[in-house]
Amino acid sequence: MPVCIKIFGQLTEILESNELILSGVADTNALVSELNKNYPALAGAKYIMAVNKQTISANTELNEDSIVALLPPFSGG
Amino acid sequence: MENKISYERYQRQIILSEFGEAGQEKLFHAKVLVVGAGGLGCPVLQYLAAAGVGTIGIVDDDTVALSNLHRQPLYTVLDIGESKAERAAHVLKQMNPEINITAYHQRLTVDNALEIIRSFDIAVDGTDNFSTRYLINDACVLLKKPLVYGAISQFEGQLTIFHPLPNKENRSGVNYRDLFPTPPKEDEVLNCAEAGVLGVLPGIIGTMMANETIKLITGIGEPLINRLLTYNALNNQVYELELAAREATQTLIPANENEFKQMNYEWLCASSPSMMEIDPDAFDDLWRKKAINIIDVREPHELPAIHEFDHLKIPLQQLGKSIPDLNSDTIVVFCQSGNRSKQAATLLSGIFGTDKKIYSLKGGIINWKKQQPVQPT
Repeated sequence: MPVCIKIFGQLTEILESNELILSGVADTNALVSELNKNYPALAGAKYIMAVNKQTISANTELNEDSIVALLPPFSGG
Repeated sequence: MENKISYERYQRQIILSEFGEAGQEKLFHAKVLVVGAGGLGCPVLQYLAAAGVGTIGIVDDDTVALSNLHRQPLYTVLDIGESKAERAAHVLKQMNPEINITAYHQRLTVDNALEIIRSFDIAVDGTDNFSTRYLINDACVLLKKPLVYGAISQFEGQLTIFHPLPNKENRSGVNYRDLFPTPPKEDEVLNCAEAGVLGVLPGIIGTMMANETIKLITGIGEPLINRLLTYNALNNQVYELELAAREATQTLIPANENEFKQMNYEWLCASSPSMMEIDPDAFDDLWRKKAINIIDVREPHELPAIHEFDHLKIPLQQLGKSIPDLNSDTIVVFCQSGNRSKQAATLLSGIFGTDKKIYSLKGGIINWKKQQPVQPT
C-alpha cells in the first residue's frame, strides 16, 4: 500500500525530492525508520509530521490513501 | 464614524459590505505590534498602515543594509546604516499621518518583551531567528495575545495565527511550541543569509500576514487560526495543515512573568537542548570524577531521599528566587522524573549563561535509582 509523502523546505535537499511514494509502511514509525535507512541525514533533522493534513505527535496508522507531510521549521524573515 | 477616520482614504474598502464602516473603526482602534521590519515586516507594515490600523509598533534593532533592499522595498539606498524601525516609522507616517506609529529601535529581549507586547492587541512575528521567535511565542502565550506568525526559507513560506483562545471547533489554543517544542540549534536550520531567499517571497507571505491580521481584527472571512499554510513560490503549491495542541507544551513555557525573565532564549538556540540532559551512567561518572554541584529541585517531602552523593536541596519554586552559591563550573539538577529538572536547568542557564555547564538528570532520580545495585540496609 503506497503512501504519498510531501516534503517541504530544506528537507527536500535531504530526500532529493518534494514528493515520494513509499510502499509497505503500516504506520508513521515504520515510515520514519524506512526513510532514515535510505536518507541517513534525515535522522538528525527536525521536522513535524502531518497525516492527512493533521499534525501528529504519536505513531499513526497509515493506509493507501494517506498523505504524509514532513515540514521543517523555517526561521527566515 | 469618528472624525479622525478619513472616509475618502479608506473608501474602497469601506464600500465592501463585509467590511464597511464598522470594519474601518475596528482597524482604527486596533493596536498591532510588528516584530522585525525586514522582508516580512515591510509588507505587513505597509498594508497595515495603509489599511488604517490605528496604532502600530515596530520593533527592530537592525539597520538597513544594501543586501536588504531586494526584499525590503520600504527602504532606499539613502537609508543604509539607519535604524529600520525608525526609517519604517518615518515612511509610514508620511503615507498615513492619521495613525500612531511607535518605533522601538531595540532588540526584543526577556527584559522588554512583556512590557512592549502588553500594550498591543496582536503581535506579528516577522523576525529572522529562532531565539526571538520562541521568545515572542512564549510572551504571547503568557500575555494571552494572538500571534500572527510567518517565516520563509529559500522559495517557501509558511504562516498561521497562534490564538490563545479555543476556536469555534472548541479546541484549545495552539502555539509555536506545539509544532516545534524546542528550538533547533542556530546552525541546524539555515537562515536567509546562508540559504538565500527570493526577494518577492517575503512580499507574498508578509502580505498574507497583513491580510490575516486585518481579518482577525475585523472578524471577516476565516482567519488562519491554528492552521498552518505553506506556499511554494516555484510551483504555486499551497498546502494547509491543521495544528493541534500538545499536553507537554505547557511544561516548556515559562509559568509566569518572572520565569520568563529568567529565560535565556539565545542560549536555548545556541546549544542543542538534548545536550542539557545527562544519562544516569554519565552522571555517575561525572560526580565520581570531579567536584560538581548537584541540586535536588524536588519538594522537601519527596522520596526517595538521596544519600549516595552530596547535593543541595532547593525546590524548583525557590531556585529562581535566591541564587545558590555554586563553586563548580558544572551543575547537575535532578527531580523525580526529569521534567522539573529540565525547567531548572533552563532557569539556571538563563542565570549563568555559558559560564557553567548545566545538566538535567535524564529520567529523574527514579530512573537513576533503578540502575543502582541494591544496597543491604
